[in-house]
Amino acid sequence: MSDTFLPVVAGHAEDGRVAPPSTPRNVPYQNGAPNPSAEALRAQFADAVQRVDVVWGETTVFVDRARVLEIVRWLHDDPTQQYDYLSDVTAVEYRDLDRPIEVVWHLRSLPHRRFLRLKTLLPKGQPLAVPSVWDVYKGADWLERECYDMFGIRFEGHPDLRRLLMWEQYKEGYPLRKDFPLRGRFSRSEQLRQILAQNPEAKYSMEELTVLEAFDELSLEQRNRLRSGEKVGE
Amino acid sequence: MGLDTRRVETGVDVSPSSSESWVTTRLDFLVNWGRANSLWPMPFGTACCAIEFMATAASKFDLARFGMERMSFSPRQADVLICAGRVPFKLAPVIRRIWQQMPQPKWCISMGACASSGGMFDNYAVVQGIDTIIPVDVYVPGCPPRPEGLMYGIMMLQEKVKKERMADKSLRNEMEPDPQSQLYIPPSLIDEVSEPFGNAVHQTRSGL
Amino acid sequence: MATTTRTIEVELSTTGLDAQGRPQRVPLATDEAGNLVPMTPAPALEPELEGEHMLINIGPQHPATHGVLRLVLELDGETVVRCVPHIGYLHCGFEKIGEYRQYNQIIPWTDREDYLNSPGNNVAFALGAERLFGIEITERCTVLRVIAMELSRLISHCVWLGTFCIDIGAFTPFLWIFQQRERVYTMLESWIGARLTTTLTRVGGMGADIPDGWTEDLANFIRTFPAVLDECNTMLTKNAIWVGRTVGLGAMSADEAINYGLSGPMLRASGVAYDVRKDFPYLDYETYDFDVPVGQTGDVYDRFLVRMEEMRQSIRILDQALKRLPDGPVNVDDHRVILPPKSKATSDMESMIHHFKQVMEGPRPPIGEAYVAVESPKGEKGYYMVSDGTSKPVRWRIRPPSFVNLSAIPKMVEGHLLSDVIAINASIDIVMGEIDR
Ligand code: SF4
Repeated sequence: MSDTFLPVVAGHAEDGRVAPPSTPRNVPYQNGAPNPSAEALRAQFADAVQRVDVVWGETTVFVDRARVLEIVRWLHDDPTQQYDYLSDVTAVEYRDLDRPIEVVWHLRSLPHRRFLRLKTLLPKGQPLAVPSVWDVYKGADWLERECYDMFGIRFEGHPDLRRLLMWEQYKEGYPLRKDFPLRGRFSRSEQLRQILAQNPEAKYSMEELTVLEAFDELSLEQRNRLRSGEKVGE
Repeated sequence: MGLDTRRVETGVDVSPSSSESWVTTRLDFLVNWGRANSLWPMPFGTACCAIEFMATAASKFDLARFGMERMSFSPRQADVLICAGRVPFKLAPVIRRIWQQMPQPKWCISMGACASSGGMFDNYAVVQGIDTIIPVDVYVPGCPPRPEGLMYGIMMLQEKVKKERMADKSLRNEMEPDPQSQLYIPPSLIDEVSEPFGNAVHQTRSGL
Repeated sequence: MATTTRTIEVELSTTGLDAQGRPQRVPLATDEAGNLVPMTPAPALEPELEGEHMLINIGPQHPATHGVLRLVLELDGETVVRCVPHIGYLHCGFEKIGEYRQYNQIIPWTDREDYLNSPGNNVAFALGAERLFGIEITERCTVLRVIAMELSRLISHCVWLGTFCIDIGAFTPFLWIFQQRERVYTMLESWIGARLTTTLTRVGGMGADIPDGWTEDLANFIRTFPAVLDECNTMLTKNAIWVGRTVGLGAMSADEAINYGLSGPMLRASGVAYDVRKDFPYLDYETYDFDVPVGQTGDVYDRFLVRMEEMRQSIRILDQALKRLPDGPVNVDDHRVILPPKSKATSDMESMIHHFKQVMEGPRPPIGEAYVAVESPKGEKGYYMVSDGTSKPVRWRIRPPSFVNLSAIPKMVEGHLLSDVIAINASIDIVMGEIDR
């Protein structure tokens, strides 16, 4: 190793505090050892923890939707937990359309080498909304925007909840929802017509930076979102 | 207007009694020879095929041997649009605009299955073939095409350029999309060519 | 991180010879305290001029955006005051398609999302699916997969180095490094039959065993590749122009980097030694002897150094893997997931039924879910799969490292010059196929 670098062998966790990790082998399907954080969560937020599952060695904690932010903040700040790294925010919708949509957070504690999955259930027929964890993890910004774009789940408290991957005027809905057909709702020619009708240069303007100024040109849906008190701009 | 299918007749009288003189055909030859051997590509690389395009341009395959020494990253100075990679709907107006910015004479190579037909991405997000947006001269199959494949496509384009006749004004017709819908081929045709076929028809069911 | 002052000695090759004809040594210092204020430029020192901010649009089709990223920059003079990235120009609906395909059928899609790292993605996906099926792969397969992952890290870093050099204005390393990349391509081609889109793995094994004589090719590559790295090193690392264009740019402190969810070389350049191979090992990575390079300041130059060193470490791992490559079967002996050999399928009734069921219905994992992360060249790449007991996943989620890395770009470029945006962007090592999916 060249002298520019400090040689690091054991990864980020402090030596001695945790056992050296090894490749998981013969992971049991169920009844594996749960992550100790699950117990800690139970002790701390007794009523907000609905269920703890261990599947394939990974611990899933189902928590109350209203208290997600509180729980995540505790996991992040508490010195015995230190979940400082947010891997992923996503959602799962099942083929059984009556099953609630699950929002999934994958958290890692780098100092303790732990991995925890938090889930919360969003029953169908109610507005899909969960608290945003952007306050705790800045990395949640795009992950939550993507989740909103693909599932239509609103992350309350996110500073700039706009579509990310699809364009703002996209009319067909939320692509990863199970009721969204694989090839989209419109015919191919209609899809092409709609997108070609957009002027690619019309958006290269100052208005783009501050959505409010371009309010009149926005789609109805986006206007409604803005009206409902969401913050705008970047 | 607009929504006609493209005209296919060449518009050139090639019979021996044609009034085209020896001079014009020789001039054609000279001009085409020059054009064919100094095509400036505009690499519109989006996805994996662009990596193979880079490999084609890099040391081992050396695209410069074909007169393509200069990549033209500005459409205004480009001759050939090489569309390498998938074109999702969100990119459709962009590639249309780039094509419109290129000056005549211009050609287009569609590199890879995705650019030519949507490839394995028969879903809500991907344009099923860029020929529904802009006219294409050469399709290079493959996923991704090997560099040799792309070169073969380029050589085919050179052949095509060498056969062009200056008297044939239709070659230089600008694509005129229908002002209302911005499509340049009829919607029914787009729907028809975008239909899945073969095994793909059955792969829309989820869960089994 | 403690305040550090770093001195990088640069060699001025032609212009800066001193009286004795020796190259001059120019110390460059980056000063860094807490929140990392970049040394250059100092926008506040400019007199406030009356004038409008200018808006510049880079992309979506621009050679320096590595694909179809679009950055809208608001400039004050030449200094970026605001940066708004726009992505989604390559959104191809991978995750939706995954819900309509069986597990083995998804593997071709994993080639195409992070297309610089196809073999690595194949392995990562197979690991995830095997967790979901509860399969333990064979010894030989494990080592082969390590070889595939490290080769793919090498070719990905090769493209990064080539394009990074072009963006900053050095063309030659691009040509050198692409020659090496072609060698890996040739090896992959003789292994699996494809250069770029490899589809190397299957659930429970590999698409093919390595052909005869392949290990000699690899040994040869391991022997000769470091020399090319050394050449690039000589050319770049102490080059005054290179150092001047990379040092102090886009720095992230360790805490910020963790909070923004950065991973891979981006995170390690900031001083956090988080490497999935070390912290959450898979494929027996804990038994290999390799180091994790960690930078000090988290600027573009450190990211460059970290990636260069990672290539050397990959070579080390490849060497060890090659030495321990055991004989034995590659695929697990489990006809739930691995097709029986063709000869048996046509002669033996039971094998034929297995064959038929696998092809027509596909293997079915039990109800459950698995998130398996690997260290891809860009960072922590995770595949999250949810099964409801059918042969197709309910949800196939890709955790894209460069997506999260890129989301921090406004933070990194603000306050820097327009031309530095290109260098910072190149140092993130983005690949749009993975970002937009
Ligand atoms: S044709 Fe294949 S290699 Fe080319 S862009 Fe499409 S998926 Fe990628």
